[in-house]
Amino acid sequence: MTPQDEEEVRRRQKSRAVVMAVLLLAFAALVYAVSIAKMGLYGG
Amino acid sequence: MNTVTHSLPAAMPADWRDFLALTKPRVMTLVVFTGLCGLLVAPVRLPPALAFAAILCIALGAGAAAALNMWYEADIDAQMKRTASRPLPAGRMDRASALHFGVGLSFFSVLLMGVATNWVAAGILAVSILFYVFVYTIWLKRRTPQNIVIGGAAGAFPPVIGWAAATGDVTLLPVLLFSLIFLWTPPHFWALSLFVRTDYANAGVPMLPVVAGAKATRVQILLYTAPMIAAAVAPWALHLTGAVYGIAAIALSAVFALLAVQVSLNRATEPKEMGPEKRLFAFSILYLFAIFGALVADRWIGL
Repeated sequence: MTPQDEEEVRRRQKSRAVVMAVLLLAFAALVYAVSIAKMGLYGG
Repeated sequence: MNTVTHSLPAAMPADWRDFLALTKPRVMTLVVFTGLCGLLVAPVRLPPALAFAAILCIALGAGAAAALNMWYEADIDAQMKRTASRPLPAGRMDRASALHFGVGLSFFSVLLMGVATNWVAAGILAVSILFYVFVYTIWLKRRTPQNIVIGGAAGAFPPVIGWAAATGDVTLLPVLLFSLIFLWTPPHFWALSLFVRTDYANAGVPMLPVVAGAKATRVQILLYTAPMIAAAVAPWALHLTGAVYGIAAIALSAVFALLAVQVSLNRATEPKEMGPEKRLFAFSILYLFAIFGALVADRWIGL
């Protein structure tokens, strides 16, 4: 692997990590919202 | 032929945009729209968060099926100009990554659907993904010129899933909506395939105009249009919807029928003389959006 290739690998790993972080945060928010909505339906 | 433009060094991870491209985001528009309509016309009103989760799951399931389709069809895609630049045939991603992504996304969408709404909707979502991947992509697409009919069934599931997400069951209306999209797909797609000279033949996919000729294809378009119109008008005729939908369905179907008859009378072999085919294709997209829009309007206006 050339230094340019390694740089490209790092760049892609970083952008994938950022996308993954955003998706995980969105998923956490969605699970929270779904839980609240379900409690409204069946709970209390 | 540029089947492989360049290949990645072994350890090069694919760009995240290529994973997004695997899900065919543009195809998702109609899937999300019809799924949302199915959910909105159901007699049960879901809380917004659950409705959002349901539509998200339908979109993710469609994306997962598209990714698995691309995983399996990389060889065909490489041989056709329209698809040669997709992530797999262009060598920007290895096949295993696409497979893992598709399988992972399938499980995720089905499980999230089950947890957020109900397991009937999740079950139908799972069936639709399995149907698209195994029955359509792997089994029938390369074996029969009626492949588009089978593919249409896969595309017809979203309103049923949307309905089931809200109600937990499947009644006559969602079945009619399924039939409508199922019967709409062949005229829609075959009209396109008449005037767009694709290279399906080179890739070994038996598309109807290539296998049976333009004349037979035009007859088939007309043959599918008749039951499609019956399925479109049936919800109103059976008193499952009101007059808003009934009037819209009859008016839109009349135009569709007229255009389909014009196609059946056309004898042109050159794409530039295929005005009727182009008009039918363009109108067919409007038709489906409008008829589902009318369905929702009918339910929410309540005439």
